[in-house]
Amino acid sequence: MNSFLASVGLGPFLIVAAILFTIGIVGVFINRKNVISVLLAIELILLAVNINFVAFSAFQNNLMGQIFAMLVLTVAAAEMAVGLAILVVCFRNRGSINVEDISEMRG
Amino acid sequence: MMIPSFIFYLFSTILIASAVMVVAARNPVHAVLFLILCFFNAAGLFVLLGAEFVAFILIIVYVGAVAVLFLFVVMMLDIGARERRRGFMKHVPVGLAVGGIICAQLALVAGAWTFDPHAVASATPNAVDNTRALGRVLYTDYVYVFEVAGLILLVAMIGAIVLTVRDRVPAKRQDAARQVSRRREDVIEIRKVKTGEGAS
Repeated sequence: MNSFLASVGLGPFLIVAAILFTIGIVGVFINRKNVISVLLAIELILLAVNINFVAFSAFQNNLMGQIFAMLVLTVAAAEMAVGLAILVVCFRNRGSINVEDISEMRG
Repeated sequence: MMIPSFIFYLFSTILIASAVMVVAARNPVHAVLFLILCFFNAAGLFVLLGAEFVAFILIIVYVGAVAVLFLFVVMMLDIGARERRRGFMKHVPVGLAVGGIICAQLALVAGAWTFDPHAVASATPNAVDNTRALGRVLYTDYVYVFEVAGLILLVAMIGAIVLTVRDRVPAKRQDAARQVSRRREDVIEIRKVKTGEGAS
């Protein structure tokens, strides 16, 4: 642990990650109509989780957190690719990406 | 000791402000650009934490690939700014309520929890830089995690291609079953042509 980490401490990193996570959750809720905004908010949530992982990894001097952060990045990239593909198909089929129009799969 | 703290608070402030702008931006393209700013500042935080490799991965993979993919799709779909605002205010109260609840819960957890510096034994050799240390454990201790990550990417790639591919003009492909099931009697007709008359 270098001197910077000792001077700042773990707390501020966790607070920043918590604020980012909350912003992401609020974004999912208030932009429910727009799939693209929901995907962006999910990105924010995953970024907050990554900050937590890397902060704990640095403060415990354990590399597993960074490995897991990379795994989270991988999964997020895969999720984005599939989500955007679904979005493109949906837009191509009906000309809009309004969530309210997508109701054929209602259970 | 002042300057690193100042850099930390600078990065954090810009990170949170741009995250707010991601959620609140009227134009989706602006939201994606603010997300890129978010990633850059998070990468700065990672560098401060001593995790250079994850920071570079974040910039190269995320800003370089995922955010640009996002930008492409947003520009290709051509969604107006007006469409985004419709029904915006209806969900603000419930969103703020859920956000407040989660924030309070996180604050409670953070207040009740203390950090034990000796909780986990040190697994990182201090003489090695971050990238080298990560590479040493990634391909030995966490090799299954690594391969599962590759498998997830493969599945995502195949899924995205299968979802978006369409052949409007069908290509002439080889159909092995049809080819094998062709019989001689169906396709060949033998005629005796008399001399001087020609085949009809």
